[in-house]
Amino acid sequence: MFQKTHEITGNEVTIYIDGTPVVAEVGETVAAVLLRQRSLWSRTSLLSGEPRAPYCMMGVCFECIAIIDGAFSTQTCLITVCDGMRVERQLGCPRILV
Amino acid sequence: MNEKVDLLVIGAGPAGMSAAIFARNYGLKVLVVDEQDAPGGQIWRGIEQASRAGNADVLGASYSKGKVVVDKFRSCGAEYRSNTRVWNIEPGLRVFITGAGVTSVVDTDYVLLATGAQERPVPFPGWTLPGVMTVGAGQIVLKSSGQVPADPVWIAGNGPLPLLYATQLLKAGGQIAGYLDTTPPGQLLRAMPRILNALTGAPMDIVKGLAWLMDLRRKANYVPSVTGIEVFGENRVERLDYITANGNKKTVEASLLLVHEGIVPTIHPTLSLGCEHEWDADQLSFAPKLDVWGESSQENVFVAGDGAGIGGVEAAQVRGQISALRVLIKNGNLSDREGEKLFRPMRSKLKRALAPRAFLDKLYRPRNAIFEPEDNTLVCRCEEVVASSIRHQAAMGHFQPDKIKALTRAGMGPCQGRQCNYTVAHILADATNRTVPDLGLYRVRPPFKPLTVDELASLADNGVDS
Repeated sequence: MFQKTHEITGNEVTIYIDGTPVVAEVGETVAAVLLRQRSLWSRTSLLSGEPRAPYCMMGVCFECIAIIDGAFSTQTCLITVCDGMRVERQLGCPRILV
Repeated sequence: MNEKVDLLVIGAGPAGMSAAIFARNYGLKVLVVDEQDAPGGQIWRGIEQASRAGNADVLGASYSKGKVVVDKFRSCGAEYRSNTRVWNIEPGLRVFITGAGVTSVVDTDYVLLATGAQERPVPFPGWTLPGVMTVGAGQIVLKSSGQVPADPVWIAGNGPLPLLYATQLLKAGGQIAGYLDTTPPGQLLRAMPRILNALTGAPMDIVKGLAWLMDLRRKANYVPSVTGIEVFGENRVERLDYITANGNKKTVEASLLLVHEGIVPTIHPTLSLGCEHEWDADQLSFAPKLDVWGESSQENVFVAGDGAGIGGVEAAQVRGQISALRVLIKNGNLSDREGEKLFRPMRSKLKRALAPRAFLDKLYRPRNAIFEPEDNTLVCRCEEVVASSIRHQAAMGHFQPDKIKALTRAGMGPCQGRQCNYTVAHILADATNRTVPDLGLYRVRPPFKPLTVDELASLADNGVDS
């Protein structure tokens, strides 16, 4: 888990992570906000359903993918926050693999 | 009608920005596309935001310098498209880009790939648990979000980046639980024959690195010669085991572990294009085969920056300029003679910038263990394939990475092999008495970044010329 070294003043927005409102700062990525949450994960893995969290933060590992405003498998480390954004943690789809 | 430009630059880091600025001096029509929200690449990530918030000081002078280049880039007249990814390049040259859910095609005379590098995958037991990240990732959130680990963090790795990050982290008020240095013992000695050249080229870099190390040894729990790491926890990191070269094993509480074992060039685009690649035995990675100007085996496709072979931020900027210079010569904006005159000082500057590299490559050569994961260690994070599955297929006589991909699904997930290509190649080489350069990596095909069917279908609305 991470924390800011400064207060977010003046340029804050609210995003919703699995329905819970969370304060974020203009210009930061959704993955950075996820890393500040006590439950530190972004999705579950495809086969075993293990939780996964942002890992590389630069768009190459795809561990941080989540559902953003309804769009599945969005790389949260490449998307910056905006007010009212809805982020849902993405649960792997074991059904289609059976 | 497709959009048409003279030069398409992919990546707005030091190399891409420098190339664009240089080409704009001669009036070329330049388009720069980048995946991120703002220019700077990874090295100067979030530089504009950090400068505004006054966070840049913590990150050091070398980081702050990026603002000058970004400002110049912003005003150079190149068109800059952020939040845009490239997923296919066809000879001709035709580039497929997607941004904001919309896909379009750009026709261009020249392409410069300035796509940088990624951290080398470091598989070990437990590396997929939430709470394990790369050092680069930790540094990115410091740069772009001004945040540090909430609790004392464990850092395990080898190379200049973990040293730099540790220094920045302490300065920013973060705490380090322990620094597990995985540099194999004796490597400093083996690198010494190369130090003179490094000192001549970039003396301050070597002095700076030494100062970071000495400072860290004084301020943090510094453990040298760590040979192995294992992480445990229920759904997240709770503790970690480490073992040192002299056999000391220790178990410690941990909530966050950052790992790093060097960086490797981004080669998905050049692999997809069918460019020739070469194995760099010092850097233990592939890089596209390039001429002195950075032109690849595919005509008019250039590569600059760390994607051309790891060289660092100074080299990246010069390489970007050199490639832009060649484009200007080929395009007729400069004569051969004028070009040659401009090239000479750039070549000397590049030589100086690359001088420390041989020393650093030797000193920070990653330990072999990261290429030989234990049987039950996950190799492919996406498809959850363990090392023993790869070894099993090797024992059955399969040694080609693509065959292994078909048989095990390793490399077939969303990351498209970016986190397992080298590991799988090393395991196969080891198991079948071959070498990684003999085997190569997985074949890369477009789209080399995933896109949705919606995004693909939007091509039809944009009236692509066939």
